[in-house]
Amino acid sequence: MPETLIFWGLSGVAILTSALVIGQRNPMYSVLMLIASFGALAGLYIQLDAPFVAVAQIIIYAGAIMVLFLFVVMLLNAPQEDAAEWDRTHPLRQPGIMRFGALLALLLVIQLTWALLRVNGVDVPVGAQGDPEALGSVRTLGRILFTDYVFAFEATSILILVAMVGAVVLARREGDR
Amino acid sequence: MIPLSYYLVVSAVLFAIGTAGVFLRRNLITILLSIEIMLNAVNLSFVAFGRQFGNLDGQIIVFFVMTVAAAEAAVGLAIVIGLFRHRESLNPDAFATLKW
Repeated sequence: MPETLIFWGLSGVAILTSALVIGQRNPMYSVLMLIASFGALAGLYIQLDAPFVAVAQIIIYAGAIMVLFLFVVMLLNAPQEDAAEWDRTHPLRQPGIMRFGALLALLLVIQLTWALLRVNGVDVPVGAQGDPEALGSVRTLGRILFTDYVFAFEATSILILVAMVGAVVLARREGDR
Repeated sequence: MIPLSYYLVVSAVLFAIGTAGVFLRRNLITILLSIEIMLNAVNLSFVAFGRQFGNLDGQIIVFFVMTVAAAEAAVGLAIVIGLFRHRESLNPDAFATLKW
């Protein structure tokens, strides 16, 4: 069944590349892996009848946010943790307490899975309800965004403005005028 | 057709990977990337739930999450640049002045 195969392929790529993001020593590779992960997630969004979200994911996340990250990685020119430091602090080489973080993450995935699987109708195939045409329509999406959510939308624009000013102020050199 | 639970499990695994990254890594940029992974995991479950229950609110929330992620990345990276100027290091352990 092609749909199922596509799902497994995309989610496999998403999980693998996300795992590689935290497994790379060089932040540059981490950022590139994360872009691949976002691409796979965009594919999943298309499968969920949300094409506009998928396009926004590619344009905003992969196109803008990740370029910002790449820019900072290149600007700081501190591409990797040095090898000795990596060996000394690598979690898998540490006994006891340092593995606690990994244990907590594992516990979290078990708890999350347990909690999410108790939702009603969780075994119903996605797409059994609702009209895919209506759900994927940008027209409806825009109408809801500018009527029901107009306050949140305006608040978001102020947030963006504040973040922009904040970033400029924070990254400014001391004494620049 | 794929059951909702599959999407939720993928989302949970991605979120846990992000959490593990925040806990385990010793590089400020990778920690910020892990936060992005977590936000995306949550986005996936929003879209999946929205599709399942047949309304568009899930997708709308995803746009707000993306905007907040962009703002967070901009401010976070500005802070990282400022910290790097002070200590020439991206290791969070180097910034322990306020630690008691």
